[in-house]
Amino acid sequence: MSRTLSAPVTVSFDYTRSVGPVIGRFLAGLRDGTFVGARTSDGRVVIPPPEFDPATHAATTDFVTLAPTGTVTSWTWVSEPVAGQPFDRPFAFALVTLDGATAPMLHAVDVASPEEMSTGMRVSARWAAERTGAVTDFVFEPEVPTGTSQVVEPAETPTEPVTEPVTGIVTPTSLDYTYAASPEESAFFRGLAEGRILGQRCPACRKVYVPPRPACPTDGVPTEEEVELSDTGTVTTFCIVNVPFLGQKIKPPYVSAYVLLDGADIAIQHLILEIPVEEIRMGLRVRAVWKPREEWGTTIENISHFAPTGEPDAEYATYQHHL
Amino acid sequence: MGKMPAAVIGVGQTHHRAKREDVSMAGLCREAMDRALADAGMTLDEVDAIVVGKAPDLFEGVMMPELYLAEALGAAGKPLLRVHTAGSVGGSTAIVAASLVQAGVHEKVLTVAFEKQSESNAMWALSVPVPFVMPVHAGAGGYFAPHVRSYIRRSGAPTHIGAIVAAKDRTNALRNPYAHLREEKTVEQVLASQMLWDPIRYEETCPSSDGACALVIVAEDVAKASPNPAWIHGTVMRSEPTTAAERDQVNPQAGRDAAAALWKQAGITSPIDEIDAAEIYVPFSWFEPMWLENLGFAAEGEGWKLTEAGETALGGRIPVNCSGGVLSSNPIGASGMLRFGEAALQVRGAAGEHQVDGVRRALGHAYGGGSQFFSMWVVGAEKPTN
Amino acid sequence: MRDVAVVGFAQRQMQDYDGSPQCAELLVPLFAECYEQTGWSRKDIGFWCSGSSDYLAGRSFSFVSAIDAIGVLPPVNESHVEMDAAWALYEAWLKIQTGEVDTALVFGFGKSSAGVLRRTLALQLDPYTMTPLWPDTVSIAALQARLGIDAGLWDEAAMAEVVDRSLTDAEKNEYAVRSGGSSVEDLLARPMYADPLRKHDAAPVTDGAAAIVLAAGDRARDVRDRPAWIAGLAHNADGLHLGTRDLTRSGSAERAAAAAGGAAGVDVAELHAPFSHQELILRTALGLGDETRVNPSGGALAGNPMFTGGAIRIGEAARRIWDGTADRALGHATSGPALQQNLVCVMEGRN
Repeated sequence: MSRTLSAPVTVSFDYTRSVGPVIGRFLAGLRDGTFVGARTSDGRVVIPPPEFDPATHAATTDFVTLAPTGTVTSWTWVSEPVAGQPFDRPFAFALVTLDGATAPMLHAVDVASPEEMSTGMRVSARWAAERTGAVTDFVFEPEVPTGTSQVVEPAETPTEPVTEPVTGIVTPTSLDYTYAASPEESAFFRGLAEGRILGQRCPACRKVYVPPRPACPTDGVPTEEEVELSDTGTVTTFCIVNVPFLGQKIKPPYVSAYVLLDGADIAIQHLILEIPVEEIRMGLRVRAVWKPREEWGTTIENISHFAPTGEPDAEYATYQHHL
Repeated sequence: MGKMPAAVIGVGQTHHRAKREDVSMAGLCREAMDRALADAGMTLDEVDAIVVGKAPDLFEGVMMPELYLAEALGAAGKPLLRVHTAGSVGGSTAIVAASLVQAGVHEKVLTVAFEKQSESNAMWALSVPVPFVMPVHAGAGGYFAPHVRSYIRRSGAPTHIGAIVAAKDRTNALRNPYAHLREEKTVEQVLASQMLWDPIRYEETCPSSDGACALVIVAEDVAKASPNPAWIHGTVMRSEPTTAAERDQVNPQAGRDAAAALWKQAGITSPIDEIDAAEIYVPFSWFEPMWLENLGFAAEGEGWKLTEAGETALGGRIPVNCSGGVLSSNPIGASGMLRFGEAALQVRGAAGEHQVDGVRRALGHAYGGGSQFFSMWVVGAEKPTN
Repeated sequence: MRDVAVVGFAQRQMQDYDGSPQCAELLVPLFAECYEQTGWSRKDIGFWCSGSSDYLAGRSFSFVSAIDAIGVLPPVNESHVEMDAAWALYEAWLKIQTGEVDTALVFGFGKSSAGVLRRTLALQLDPYTMTPLWPDTVSIAALQARLGIDAGLWDEAAMAEVVDRSLTDAEKNEYAVRSGGSSVEDLLARPMYADPLRKHDAAPVTDGAAAIVLAAGDRARDVRDRPAWIAGLAHNADGLHLGTRDLTRSGSAERAAAAAGGAAGVDVAELHAPFSHQELILRTALGLGDETRVNPSGGALAGNPMFTGGAIRIGEAARRIWDGTADRALGHATSGPALQQNLVCVMEGRN
């Protein structure tokens, strides 16, 4: 048995980015099949255009259109692509100085093998069939011999915005992680798989923590001595969640409560059901309602929710130090 | 060896909105920075170092965004620090920037804190489920609502106190051209709004904002040239655990300890008499009375009485959040720095329509995490004598 | 300036750490080691400061439960940077310089193996014009390496020499996750991974944590006979954009070294170079000659726990002062793509 429990977690969101006027100009250019760079105060021609001039710090205003062709100034071979890259097969990333620019930009080059890449090689942009105004609207490929490449504009023609600006982009960002619980928490979750609630006592302050902790937050030492806890307890305080939100796992309205299990010195958070929401109160005595055993795993979700025991409410003095 | 004197001579902030679709992250930061620099009569090239603060990177989906922002912020070629202490970060960042001057390392430091929350969704970013754990979390409101309930139980406060705070702060925001929510609110309107995280109502909740705040903090020699420097009289940071057995979540010890240390540093013995204006981090209305007690403006259980008596309104005994506070503008990473900056504006007499008359000393306060990270400062119109 | 010294250091480096990304259980024994080295308890620490990353852990506020490892009731004076812990050390040094505290414990932690590190780090790039292409960190470093090769500043053999020396030295480092020297010839015979980089040219994905103790004046002298006195500590940044900075040199490292008083007379330098060619860039930027022993620990190529790798370099350099092998030692940390940000800490022993 491994020391700790682990499970996959995906952190995923489609970020909506407002890009501002300068990046917007660059992206509008891509959507329209042109490369828009900027002339900086020191005379360099840079693409993508910096939002603010590196020397004067003023907002960039001097835009230039650059050729869709250029020269590779450095490159590498991506032998094992990661998700989201321009190709899911091996390809090259390169620094490419577009004709008319004085500084290179980073992008992908579509070639079949590293043997086809070299510093100084000529490349040209290959536009995506559908362009949205994003840096993914093109990739580079080796330049086709003169006459057949797509010539869009000669270099260095000052540009005026003639079409709708790009004001925003959506950037899907999804990352996969393996989440592991600490060894102490793992023991707790494994106990739950057997229908047991296992706390641990801090060797220094003697408080019983549930879940047990890799470090007692008061003393900075791991909790150790196992204490099996009752599945009954007292609602110390709670909140009625009426608000829906993205990624929510429980349909609102629901009651999220702190339940101080009998024998524990810290409350756990869980759901309260089987009682009208307006009757839930501080001091309410509750008992865990377990899911059917065949549904159990190493999770606190083995407890479906807590429900009233029918006992009289706990005296305020018994839980007032847990608020 | 004592701290070298330091003062705020420039304060800048953005127009805070739900979505600042007209600017990029760099544009947002520069809007605040350029205003702070103009206020200080300084150029970006004169700045020795830049300190950036921001809450979780998941909000914008950029890991350590100060890296890509370095050029736009004028930090290329300079020392660049990035602070992250949860919701207190705007305050902590200002304190780190101040310490660069107080340590005698730099003379002119620019600090900027921002959040562009419209790039994602704060509820999502704060509630990514943890495996094996009960998915009852519901953002910051869901986190703090049970503790508000505990406060009401412990103090016996009438249930409309939260609404008084919300109506006051929202109405104060009408005097602040930068505020996100600028609408007159009555206690009745607040009480009539929907319960989101019972006992917290919709109108008692901070908005989600795009915004930034920047400060220019300088050494004594530089500050002398300013007509109205806000001198830093004390800075404190304190932290405690999110959860611990019998931890007081209503009146956290870290906040009490921080306040005690702060008043001592600033030579203040009776905060309510000696502080003329306070900008306190109140993202949910009930935190005004809770923090009044935690900070020592009122005895435990008595904070709500100051609120109820109108003593925290503009013109009251201890005006709190005359800018409209977090309840009116909440770019999370910048919210703490806005409190620190608004305190500086008050002592500089530069707060415009929300200026409190005759402010000599003001408090800036921020907290974060599960009411566990605190950062605070006292600024004054006069150079500290200690 | 107050005299401040590094007086304690503890570290862990490992591959595939099986614990939680908050790393509290990893930090508890590190703090215990620091207390043992100093004879202190947590009550002797005036200020705490840590470095870590939410994106490395895969969740917001990933650092908040790490402070449990301290034992934070009663509350502590504490801060956090979203940077390598070397910059947390800088913040702590500042705090001591202000006179507010005399001692500090700095720590960093990170579980790089929780995600796909080289992909996660693509989120450090420009979010509009770069990240949508997901350029991984190894590719970015490879572009930098080839620029230097094409410019004739170094070659693959020079890079292999760095690797061979590092992995040979790492044999004596109990914390190294990769070690074992071979020969330049053997290394060059291995396959390309991100041409012109081979796998050994890149630091291994490493999990870990580290803690460093700072103390001022007599507090430092009480702890050690030969504290590692900080003679210079400074950091600096370049812009990120790859097109507008000269990737074959490190302007920010040059400026940081100058602001730290220069690297002249340094016996040992621990350089935070996650890629072999970056050591060559840093040697030039810091002006290190043959008289300086570079990375006796094996350096980052032997193990590079994210958000801790830089702080570990400072700790390793300080150890050389403590044990008398060096009178003057330099610890260096880097952050960001292709050496964007650099910190230099020059320490000296005084008899």
